[in-house]
Amino acid sequence: MFKTITVMKFRGGIDPGNHKDTAELETVRMPLPSRVIIPMLQHVGAPCVPLVRKGDRVFVGQKIGDSDRPISAPVHSSVSGTVTDVRPIVYSNGMEVMAVEIKPDGLQELHESVAPPDCTDRESMLKAIRESGIVGLGGAGFPTSVKLSPPPGKTIDILIINGAECEPFITSDYREMMENPQYIIEGTKKVMEITSAGKAYIGVEDNKQDAIDLLSSMVTDSDNIEVVSLPARYPQGGEKQLIYALTGRKVPTGKLPSDVGVLVQNVATVSFIAQYLKTGLPLIRKKVTVDGSAVANPKNVEVLIGTPLGEVFDFCGGFCDEPRKIIMGGPMMGVSQHSLDDPVLKQTNALLAFNERDAEKPKESVCIRCGKCVAACPMSLLPLYINLNVVRGKFEETAKYHVTDCIECGCCSYVCPASRNLVQSVRIAKAELRKIAARKQGGKN
Amino acid sequence: MKISLLAGSSPHIKGGENTQKIMRDVIIALLPAAVSSVIYFKVQAAMLILVTVVSCVAAEYAWCKITKKENAITDLSAVVTGLLLAFNLPPSLPPWMAAIGGAFAVIIVKQLFGGLGHNFVNPALAARAFMVASWPSQMTSWQEPGWDAVSTATPLEIMKNGSEAAEQLPKLWDMITGNIGGCIGETSALALLIGAVYLVVRKVITLELPLTFIGTVGLMTWMLGGSEGLFTGNFAYHIFAGGLILGAFFMATDYTTSPVTFKGRIIMGIGCGFLTSIIRLYGGYPEGVSYSILLMNLVVPVIDRYMIPKSFGGGVAANE
Repeated sequence: MFKTITVMKFRGGIDPGNHKDTAELETVRMPLPSRVIIPMLQHVGAPCVPLVRKGDRVFVGQKIGDSDRPISAPVHSSVSGTVTDVRPIVYSNGMEVMAVEIKPDGLQELHESVAPPDCTDRESMLKAIRESGIVGLGGAGFPTSVKLSPPPGKTIDILIINGAECEPFITSDYREMMENPQYIIEGTKKVMEITSAGKAYIGVEDNKQDAIDLLSSMVTDSDNIEVVSLPARYPQGGEKQLIYALTGRKVPTGKLPSDVGVLVQNVATVSFIAQYLKTGLPLIRKKVTVDGSAVANPKNVEVLIGTPLGEVFDFCGGFCDEPRKIIMGGPMMGVSQHSLDDPVLKQTNALLAFNERDAEKPKESVCIRCGKCVAACPMSLLPLYINLNVVRGKFEETAKYHVTDCIECGCCSYVCPASRNLVQSVRIAKAELRKIAARKQGGKN
Repeated sequence: MKISLLAGSSPHIKGGENTQKIMRDVIIALLPAAVSSVIYFKVQAAMLILVTVVSCVAAEYAWCKITKKENAITDLSAVVTGLLLAFNLPPSLPPWMAAIGGAFAVIIVKQLFGGLGHNFVNPALAARAFMVASWPSQMTSWQEPGWDAVSTATPLEIMKNGSEAAEQLPKLWDMITGNIGGCIGETSALALLIGAVYLVVRKVITLELPLTFIGTVGLMTWMLGGSEGLFTGNFAYHIFAGGLILGAFFMATDYTTSPVTFKGRIIMGIGCGFLTSIIRLYGGYPEGVSYSILLMNLVVPVIDRYMIPKSFGGGVAANE
């Protein structure tokens, strides 16, 4: 049966080019790295506490870090071997986190705890999902078990599976859709079960027609799962934009998708959930697109979490040009890395290495008030005025321009003819507003 | 391999737009009107265009040198100002006056307020206003197109003089092609519209401001501009006469001095159209486009201030 829904067009957005040259490269599994570094914080929320000490022997899938805080996800060893160090490392954003460094023994022995979870009801399913260590694999890294338990009183009627993959270069989700479509459908059904959602839409951008056709052919027997083709336009995969495109619902300012009855999960996340419920193997490996002008042989690679970036690039033939910028994630929202010793994380979906020409940004010049940032903003903000106020140090003024609603997609900076650091100044404004709020809070107590 | 990595906040890629490319597009869009002005007003027009452009660029260069600022002439904005100012001058104007006007536009109106992006009124229009005040007769003496420099009146002046003069009005087609008296760049609506289409296609400008501006003038002059009561006005003449097409597409849309939001631009367009019609129909001057734009320039900061849009999801209620 052929079904269609009306796809709403979200406001603004840009076409940053496709660059998905790795799309047809089947995922290859990378051999064991020489060491893994597994940070205790690979999610939004409270960091885990290491459960192992230097010298301990660990096994594949063994829990090596956990937290008793509500918003957290445990971390597991991706190798069998010996813990060589438990020490703080510094993330590219300057944050210091504890990390467990393990030297693999090459045996890849499974830990005894790895067994298909015994799930009888919603509660046990949620508990198993938490134990799996899964976080939102779209890039944000929010603990999935928390997202699947909306606050009491909120009901979810629509589940959205995000296969938009709107960032240029990245094709790891596309590979997941082509290589594991049955797990994506199965995981979708499981999440529908957990959330009692009556309807699920799998949204995929129309530049991935093969994935749309394949997934569609697999849901012909179910009336409540629909694969929907979305226009390729960045940021189509932004949560609020995607919800609007597929349901016409707008997530109110400061609220969550569950406030409009929607839950969004990434294709890779639901695929993992289905696989985990079958095998019990926690999140220890990740599909990663390795691409960029400095990479000799771009590939889609299945990497063990904790693998140093340098070893992933070596596996892809090393660098064919001097790398000047290394990005974890896409070029629009990814994080530039400061060292090749940084490890691959749970939510890493791409590693890009750009040469000098692609890494340099044009010099900032004066704002000519052309309004292109205003037209491009998918959140209807006025980036030029936020920037103006940040430059002048008037941070409280930026609140009037709804700076906290910014999703930091980067469309404004991308289109700015003066190359102004628009979204970058939004981040400064948000941080300063948090400080101001903290000071006010402190004054009261 | 020893590597040194650049760190930086995303996004890590950028589109190909830059200020110079935008200004170059505006210059290209002004070329058809420049060519038609030379066809109709010959050497005089060519001379004025050359003098104002050179004067604007030289003033910009000199100012940057003297104040030790980075040389700004490569952004091409001074060329745009020069062209627009030349388009607003009568063909018989002595070139030295045009040169002073160009320097005034760049130094007094633009650079003294901080340069590109910081001036609060349109430099070319403010310079024109300054020149009308300084040399009122030279700035308002018109001639017929051609080599002979026969003095004439503009269509708006003829209309201002009342219905008995109406038979002197040029044919509408001559007004569209530009075969009439007036400022050198404003007479050919056709050439200007070709340029305007280019600007829209290249996404340099959007249509909401020019269309509301022209629409408001059309509506108001049709309603109130006739001598035989309401809705008898000659709106087609009002649309194609004078500097309306030039002003609406090329001057009111100046980035620095127009609002950045869709709604703001509509307010500016209606405001410009309203003021233009009032000046043309009831004011002392036959033409009101440049003063209406200048007046609306002044309220642009206020418009932007009060037109902050609701963010996506703002004012939407959650399910309870």
